[in-house]
Amino acid sequence: MEKDIQRKDIIEKLDSDLTVIKTKNDLASLKALYLGKTGVITNLSSKMKELDPSDRKEYGKFLNELKMEVLEKLETASKEIESRELEEKLNKEKIDITLPGRKHLKGSIHPMTRIIEELEDLFVSMGYDVISGPEVETDMNCFTKLNLPVGHPARDSQDTFYIDNDYLLRSHTSPAQVRTMEANTLKEPLRIVCPGKVYRRDDDATHSHQFMQFEGLVVGENISLADLKGTLELFAKKLLGEKTNVRFRPSYFPFTEPSCEVDVTCFKCGGKGCSLCKQTGWIEVLGAGVVHPNVLRMSGYDPEKYTGFAFGPGIDRFAMFKYGITDIRQIYTNDIRFLEQFDRKDVE
Amino acid sequence: MKLSTKFLRDYLDIPKDITYEKIASDMTRIGNEYDSASKLINATDLVIGEVIDCKMHPDSDHLHVTIVDIGTEKLQIVCGAPNVSKGIKVIVAKPGAVLPEITIKKTVIRGVESNGMLCALFELGLDKKYLHESDINGICILGDDAKVGCDPIKYLGLDDEVIDFELTSNRGDLLSILGMSYEIGALYNKNVKPMETSYQEMGDDINSSFQVKVKTPDCPLFLAKKVNNVEIKESPDFIKERLIASGIRPINNVVDISNFVMLETGQPLHFYDADTLNNELIVRNSKKDEKLVTLDKNERTLSSDDIVIATGNKAIGLAGVMGGLETEITEQTKNIIIESAIFDSIKIRMTSKRILRSEASNRFEKGLDPKRSYLAIERCCNLLEKYANATIQTGLVVYDKTKKDDKIIDITFDKINKVLGLIVPREEVINIFKKLQFQVEEKKDALRVTVPSRRIDISIKEDLIEEVGRFYGLENIIGTLPTVPLKPGKFNKTYREIKHKMASLGLNECLSYTLIKESEFPYFQVNVKEKIKVLSPMTEEHSTLRYSLLPSLLNIYDYNKARGINDIHIFEMGNGFYQENGEYKEEMRLAALIAGEYKNQFTTFKFNFYDIKGILEDLLDYLGYHDRYQLEVGTMPKEMHPYQSANIILNGREIGLIGKLNPSFKKDDIYVLEISIKALLENKCKGIQVAEISKYPSILKDVAFVVSKDIPANLLVKEIKRSGGKLLKEIEIFDNYEGEKIDSDKKSLAFKLTFNDFKKTLTDDEVMTIFNKIITDVENKFKCQVRDK
Repeated sequence: MEKDIQRKDIIEKLDSDLTVIKTKNDLASLKALYLGKTGVITNLSSKMKELDPSDRKEYGKFLNELKMEVLEKLETASKEIESRELEEKLNKEKIDITLPGRKHLKGSIHPMTRIIEELEDLFVSMGYDVISGPEVETDMNCFTKLNLPVGHPARDSQDTFYIDNDYLLRSHTSPAQVRTMEANTLKEPLRIVCPGKVYRRDDDATHSHQFMQFEGLVVGENISLADLKGTLELFAKKLLGEKTNVRFRPSYFPFTEPSCEVDVTCFKCGGKGCSLCKQTGWIEVLGAGVVHPNVLRMSGYDPEKYTGFAFGPGIDRFAMFKYGITDIRQIYTNDIRFLEQFDRKDVE
Repeated sequence: MKLSTKFLRDYLDIPKDITYEKIASDMTRIGNEYDSASKLINATDLVIGEVIDCKMHPDSDHLHVTIVDIGTEKLQIVCGAPNVSKGIKVIVAKPGAVLPEITIKKTVIRGVESNGMLCALFELGLDKKYLHESDINGICILGDDAKVGCDPIKYLGLDDEVIDFELTSNRGDLLSILGMSYEIGALYNKNVKPMETSYQEMGDDINSSFQVKVKTPDCPLFLAKKVNNVEIKESPDFIKERLIASGIRPINNVVDISNFVMLETGQPLHFYDADTLNNELIVRNSKKDEKLVTLDKNERTLSSDDIVIATGNKAIGLAGVMGGLETEITEQTKNIIIESAIFDSIKIRMTSKRILRSEASNRFEKGLDPKRSYLAIERCCNLLEKYANATIQTGLVVYDKTKKDDKIIDITFDKINKVLGLIVPREEVINIFKKLQFQVEEKKDALRVTVPSRRIDISIKEDLIEEVGRFYGLENIIGTLPTVPLKPGKFNKTYREIKHKMASLGLNECLSYTLIKESEFPYFQVNVKEKIKVLSPMTEEHSTLRYSLLPSLLNIYDYNKARGINDIHIFEMGNGFYQENGEYKEEMRLAALIAGEYKNQFTTFKFNFYDIKGILEDLLDYLGYHDRYQLEVGTMPKEMHPYQSANIILNGREIGLIGKLNPSFKKDDIYVLEISIKALLENKCKGIQVAEISKYPSILKDVAFVVSKDIPANLLVKEIKRSGGKLLKEIEIFDNYEGEKIDSDKKSLAFKLTFNDFKKTLTDDEVMTIFNKIITDVENKFKCQVRDK
C-alpha cells in the first residue's frame, strides 16, 4: 500500500512538472530531478539496503517499473517538444507560393519551322526521305528537266530571279525531283519530300517574293492519281484537321500529266461557304499530278516501267490557317510579340 | 478569253436551260477555270420610249423637261443630254431601275419632278472604248424601228452573256469560238455546226502577180490571198455586238472582219493595203536596231531575234505581234492582201514580252493548227464578199512546211485505269473520246485514237488519260496510299536539334528574307567574299543574297526597337551565299543576337558578353564539341567591338565569330554570334561513352590568385592543369573579383580544384603536396600571389 501511494505521488508530481516544460533543456533538468544522482527515484533505490532481504526483490521490481513509467513519460514529452519545435521552425519558413517562379529565358520555334517539322514527321513515318536542294539552282534543273524548255509559256507564271543565264533562285522546290532521280544511279523506286525557301518576282499585296514550299515525289511501279489523292488527304488532315476533304480539279502543269489543282475543305467555314472560299466551300491549295513521262525520262527513269506522282504546295498559307495568322507579312517580319507566342508545345 | 454565249450559240445548239452560269461551272469541272461570268449589260427596268414632248427646263440653261411615252404610261423626265429632242426613241430607265453605277429614283430636279432617266450607252456599263464620241457625249438614240415598250438591250443586240476564262497555257485551241464549241460540245454531247466559207473567185490567179518569200525558219506557214474593191463602212450589228462582247473595239467592216475571224478560228490575220506593197511579202528575221512604226504609231526598235514582214527593203510589220502603220487599212483602201500565217511560238513570245502583248501574239505563243490557217482565209473571203462588197481574186499564195497529219495514239484500258487509280468502264472511255470528236478504233484491250490537229496539246498517251480523267470526273477517284516496300525515312536531325537547342536556351527563332541590300552584304566579314546579285531585283532592298545572317537579325532588332521592344534574344538558321572561283556556293549558317536585359524573378540582368558566350558553349557542348573549341582574338570585322569579340576556333579552324557590336557601328549594347554550321559539322563527334566513376572519395580545395588584369583566366587554368598532374580531375573558376579590396590593376580569380585517385583513397598529405606545388608554380609563372595567404 505504501508503495502504491509513493508511486502515485511521484507520478502525479511528474505529470504536473511536465505541464510546465517548454524546451529540451527544461526536460533534461526534469529528467535529472527524477533520475539523476540525487533524483527522486535514485533516492528511493538507496532505501533498498534498509529493507529486509526477502522484500528486496519485490521492491526492486517496483522501482524498476516506476523508473520505466517515468522514462516513458519523459520520452513522450520529448517527442511532443520535438514536434512542436519542428512545427515552429516550419512555420517560420512559410513563403508566399503565389509569387512568380524563377524561370529560364524563354525561346521559341518559328511557325514555318513547326509546320515543316510536322509535315516531315508525317512523311518520314511513311518512309519518305527529307532532302534539301540548293536555293541557287540551274535553269536546267528548275525548268528544262521539268519539261519546261526555254520559251515555254508556263515559264511566265513563275517570274524568276535570274543570277546569270544559267543560274537562278529556285522558283519552286521541284528541282529536288530532278536532283533525287539523277542521284539515284540504280534508278530504283523512291519517295522524297523537300521543304524549302523559293523565290518569285511577285509583288502584289498577298504574295511575298520569298515563301516556303513542300515538294513531294513518289516514283514506283503502278503509282496512280488515286495514290496521290490518298497521300494528300493525309497531308491535309494532318495540318487542317480530320474533317478536311480533298478535291481534285483537272489543270495543266508541264511537269505532270494528268495534272490537277487540289482544293481542300475551306478552313474558315468548314465547307459551308464564306467570303474566304467565295461561297464555294473549297480553297485551292496546291498543284499536283502524275509525273510527266518526259520528266522521268530526262532523269533516267523508264516511263514504261515506272510512274510517279508529285505535289508542291506553298505552305505559308497552312501556317496562317493553323495559327490564325491574318497577314502573311507577319511570317517574315519577326515581331518579337508575334514570335514569343510560339514558345509552347502545340496540341497534337 | 472572253466567251460570248451568243457567239458560242452561233456554232453550238445548246438547250436554253443550260445557263451561262452552268457552262462556267461545268467548264471549271473539266479544268477550264473562269475569272468572271455575267451578263454583258447588268441593268434592270429598261424600256424603249419615245420623246413626245421636249421643253427647256424653266430654271436651267441646259436641262430639258421631256415627256416620254413608254407604252404603258407617259413619264415626265428631266434630261441633261444635249442631243435630246422631240420624236426620238430612247432607252428609259424607270424608277427602281438598277444600273451599274446608280439606282434610279423618282426625284425633283430644280423644282421639276423627274420620273426616270434617259440613258447613254456607257451608263448601262458598256466600256467607253467601244463607243462613238456621240454615244459618250449624249444619250443613245435608237432607230425608228425600235418598238416603244420593248426591251432596248435586246433591240441593241446587247442581250449577251460573257464568261471570262483563265485558260491554262496548253489550251491555245480554246482561244477560239470553234475550240470552245468542241470543248463545250463534248460536255453536252452536241456537234459543232459548220462554218460558212463559200465565195466567188474572180480574175487572174494571184500567184502570177504576187510573191511570198520566206527567209527564216521561224515561219513554217504563210498564206496570202488578195481581195479587191472593198467598200469600207460600218460593220453589220452581229459582228459589232460579238466583238464588243469579246472585248474588241469595232472599227470598220474590214478591220472588224479580221478580228471576228480570229475570234472564230483562233487564227490571227493581218490585212495589208495591197497598193502599198511591191507585189511581194518577205518574211525574215529583223536586223539589229531595225526601226518600225507599228499601227499604234509607236516607233519600235527591233532585235535580231524578231520576225518581220517586209516589202522591198523595208519592214512593214512585226510578225505575230502588230502590223506596221505604213501598210494599214485606211478609209481609202481598195485592195487587200490577207495574211494567214504561223510563226515560231517561242520567238513571238520573246518579242511580245519585250514589245507588246496583243490578242494575236497571245494566240501565236500558244501554237496554232495549220488547218485553221486555211479555214480562216476562206471565212474572211466569205465575210468580205458579203459585208464589204469585195471581189475575191482567184488563187492563194502558199508557203507551207507544216505537217497536218492527225496524231495516232495507241493506249490500253489497263494503262488508263492504272494511272488514274480508277476503273473507268470501257464504253465510257470510248464515249469520252467520241464526244471530243476524236476517232476511236477499238482493239482487244486497247484503243487507237486519232486526235484532230486542232488539239495541239495532245501528243502522248498520258494526255489522253487526262482527257478521260477530266471528263469522267476526278471527283470519282477514291484516295489510296502507294503500295511500296517498307523502309525507314531519313531526315537531318542535327539541323532540327540545333534550332530546338537555341530555342531552349531562350532565343526566338526568326525567318527573314534571303535577299538583302547590297550595302549590307560585306558586314561581319574581314575578307569580304564575292557576292551574288540577282539580275533584276524588285527593289534595291532585296537585291543581293546574304552571306552573313547578322544583317537580317540587325534589321529585326531595329524593327522591334522602333516598336518599344528593347529586350531581344533571337536567332536564325539558313543558307549563306557567295561565289568562289566562278562557282556559286551556299552553306548552312546560324546567327544569334541578344540585347537589352532579362529578368530572373526579381533580379534584372543586363545581357553581356558572357551571356552570348554561354549560349555558344551550351550549344557546342550539346552538339558534342566539349573542350574542342576556343575563342581567339584575331583580326575582327570593323562591325565588332575590338576588345569584346573573338573568333570561334574549332580544331584549329575558324568557324565563326562572337562578341559585342562596335559602338561606332551600332550604339546599343548588342551581342551576337554567328557560326558556319557547315564548317562545324565537318568535325565528327564521338558517340556518348560513359566514363568510369571513381570508387574513392574526392578531395576539394579552393584557392584564389590575385593577378594582373591582363592575364586571361585560361592561362592560369592551363598552368594549374599542367602543375596538378593526373590526380587533379577538375578545375572550376568560381569567382572573378575586381574592386576595392585589391589593387586596381589586379583581379582575383578563385578556383575550385577536385582531386581524385581511381586506385585508392587520397590522403590529405598527398593532396596538400600537389596543392602547394600548384600554388608555387602559378605564383612563379604569373608573378602573383594567393589571396589572403
